[in-house]
Amino acid sequence: MSDPNPPYRSSAYTSTLLRAPARPLVLPKLGPDAVEASSPVFGHHELGALDHDLTRHAATEPLGERIIVTGRVLEPSGRPVRGALVEIWQANAAGRYAHLADQHPAPLDPAFMGAGRCLTDDEGRYRFVTIKPGAYPWRNHHNAWRPAHIHFSVFGTAFTQRLVTQMYFPGDPLFAHDPIFQSVPEFARDRLICGFDLDTTVPQWALGYQWDIVLGATPAEGAAG
Amino acid sequence: MTRTPSQTVGPFFGFALPYGGGPQIVPQWQPDAIRIGGRVLDGAGDPVPDALVELWQPDGQGAISRETGALRRGERGFCGFGRCGTDGDGAYWFSTVKPGPVGGGAPHAALLVFARGLLKPVATRIYFPGDSEAHATDPVLSLVEAQRRPTLVAVRTGDRQYRFDVRLQGENETVFFAL
Repeated sequence: MSDPNPPYRSSAYTSTLLRAPARPLVLPKLGPDAVEASSPVFGHHELGALDHDLTRHAATEPLGERIIVTGRVLEPSGRPVRGALVEIWQANAAGRYAHLADQHPAPLDPAFMGAGRCLTDDEGRYRFVTIKPGAYPWRNHHNAWRPAHIHFSVFGTAFTQRLVTQMYFPGDPLFAHDPIFQSVPEFARDRLICGFDLDTTVPQWALGYQWDIVLGATPAEGAAG
Repeated sequence: MTRTPSQTVGPFFGFALPYGGGPQIVPQWQPDAIRIGGRVLDGAGDPVPDALVELWQPDGQGAISRETGALRRGERGFCGFGRCGTDGDGAYWFSTVKPGPVGGGAPHAALLVFARGLLKPVATRIYFPGDSEAHATDPVLSLVEAQRRPTLVAVRTGDRQYRFDVRLQGENETVFFAL
């Protein structure tokens, strides 16, 4: 199967130039007993009851368009990954992160921190309530803007499946101008874009988006076939 | 099904991913605790102050933990996972135990590094000095050309203290694995 991942070195994204490994990677033949064939496990006792709802992390509700983002974490075979830790973080509706290094002159929202966590259920499903993040400028090149996105961090059943990525929203005019999105091989870019879903949308309350996450094979699966 | 592609962790994860107790897989006062620390460096030799380092390892006997508790330390037994964001000097650290051997290999911990400018993480392993006999027969180390193997072996810097620098690029670039 073709590799959907971007290369380390992607010259249009200038931060890769001094950080991309230049030597060829070593391909280890990992057996099912390799350390990387297993993954840490996480429990509900470690998460707060409201960790999945980013609109309820302050005394008041954040500004912006309230949305539901949900989907399943899947093995390449389509089998759901249960109990997977999914973490997200994002800019607020104005395109500003609650991070000291973010100097974009857009307002911070004291009601929005922008970080959440959940564990997938027995169908591999995660669900977050949040607000739609704004696009924001960055300094990669003249007039550079990131399309609106939510950062995702996912654990599978093997450390080899560990995935950090970004989910984008359908129809964003900035896709064509974003070297981070464009770093992904063309055939796989659609995987990064969620879909609007009327069935997920809650009347009089929030728009719904669906986004499934497909992890790579584990060393055990690789050995089996 | 097409896998979901990786994207960079970006520069702004610091308020979301690192957490209190993340680097402390075991408490520093535990008698068998070791400290592993080092720096993440770019191709110019400059520190990478916005990297996230994750460590996953078996316990001291070489058993893979099935315990939860990495996010909320101290309630359960050894869980084997740690996470540390780098500081302004590109430095990270973990308090853990020396891993036991797994599957006929030499003792090691798995390490992932995420950063702005890394469109996908780099994966490496930390082996330990003093295990050189086991290193000679380790199935993964033996795939690495001999002159690059030292980049995978931590340096002992004191009693129960080890240094492991990650050089993303350039001279002595750390060996990274395609997982």
